[in-house]
Amino acid sequence: MAAEESYPEDLKYHPEHDWARIDGDVATFGITWFAQNSLGEVVFFEPPEVGAAVSKDEVYAEVESVKAVSDVYAPLSGEVVEVNDGAGDNPEVLNEDPYGDGWLAKVKLSDASEVDDLMDSAMYKDSL
Amino acid sequence: MSDLRRTPLFDAHVAAGARLVPFAGWEMPVQYAGVGAEHLEVRSGCGVFDVSHMGEVQTSGLGAGDLLQRILSNDVSKIEIGGAQYSVLCREDGGVLDDLFTYRLGEDRFLTVTNASNHERDLAWFREHAAGFDCQVEDRVADWAMLAVQGPKARGMLEGLASGDLPKRFRTATIDVAGAECLVCGTGYTGEAGVEILCPPEHAVTLWDALLESGATPIGLGARDTLRMEVCFHLYGNDLSEDRNPIEAGLGWCCKEETSFIGSEPIAEARASGTPEKLAPFVLPERGIPRQDNPVVDAEGEQAGVVTSGTHSPSLGCGIGMAYVRADLAEPGTALEIDVRGKHRAARIESRPLYDPAR
Repeated sequence: MAAEESYPEDLKYHPEHDWARIDGDVATFGITWFAQNSLGEVVFFEPPEVGAAVSKDEVYAEVESVKAVSDVYAPLSGEVVEVNDGAGDNPEVLNEDPYGDGWLAKVKLSDASEVDDLMDSAMYKDSL
Repeated sequence: MSDLRRTPLFDAHVAAGARLVPFAGWEMPVQYAGVGAEHLEVRSGCGVFDVSHMGEVQTSGLGAGDLLQRILSNDVSKIEIGGAQYSVLCREDGGVLDDLFTYRLGEDRFLTVTNASNHERDLAWFREHAAGFDCQVEDRVADWAMLAVQGPKARGMLEGLASGDLPKRFRTATIDVAGAECLVCGTGYTGEAGVEILCPPEHAVTLWDALLESGATPIGLGARDTLRMEVCFHLYGNDLSEDRNPIEAGLGWCCKEETSFIGSEPIAEARASGTPEKLAPFVLPERGIPRQDNPVVDAEGEQAGVVTSGTHSPSLGCGIGMAYVRADLAEPGTALEIDVRGKHRAARIESRPLYDPAR
């Protein structure tokens, strides 16, 4: 079942509808409730490779609904240290739990100051 | 967006929670609960689709049958009164202008259902070629709303609402449904049992509400597309175009060249000599979802075709599609790759349908 609309206050948000949960020098990435709702039921997600470099504002993965492909943008730069293979096997978790089991990748940040460019929950909500 | 047309059911779609999108000049519901759930409901129960954007052209008069025989690819003389027949409309060079169902309403009266995106062009083509035939060609798009009721439970559900017997497959019946006279046709675009109902526009809401009360689920254009792909029905603009003839599209069965329809000569030639490419259904048994315009790649790494329709199949749980491929690669079982945005995905040509509702 689809999740209820929410934008947790402990996350940082990117205008392309991605979130980051910062934990020291590692951030967890995912797509927001708004993104998964716009996309509809997610039927395909292929995680990036562990070790891959990702750059803030650039595409690092794709998610697909039945009808459409959508690019996923990195909210921050760094190196992928862990990916959510569970979301690759059961992509519907992106709809069911976009901020929990539907996380996409963990990234070791190369420039922690980039976090300052991201929005907080209230700003992101206002942007929708 | 402001000049989009709305069907009589627009408010009903909003009330049912539809996501509405522009489609062929109309504002249409693409989904309600979600494409996957709606798709599976049609495969297991009963779904109702608003397809009032489809066009209707009525051809009547002593020369009506002769005009249709001249422009439609199938043998129109074989349609009995109360019968239905599929055909393609072709240019002189055999390129496909549209694919359509024609219903014979009387000895000299026919109703042809057009694709919304082609309706105006079809109508102009009918009129242009009507000169010399003793018949009238009328645009009837404003006179009919159209609901498709499809799924294994569709007929049982409709029996409670209809005044008479439902038509068999490829037959029509004029009967009351939910209190008003409708033209009920034993046709559809899902591969399931069911009917398509043409009704007066002012009756559409009553009919829609009666169907929902009987337990039918509203289904959007998203699931309509995945349902038709699983059973390998063509979509004009994807799998059919003016640049393709019906032989390479796998529609030779509805072309009767002996009737001398417009386009019959190049089509007879294509049938005799074979075509360089053929439309073939395929699955991606491993990973990936094919999409329109993805290149097809052969075992040597050379491009050997192009995907015209592709999606994730809710019934099969994998990527499926149709592609025009080099004729020697169109045999079921052939292994190919689809270039999905730079990633080569293993694909296998299958026989049609990809999913058989009767199985």
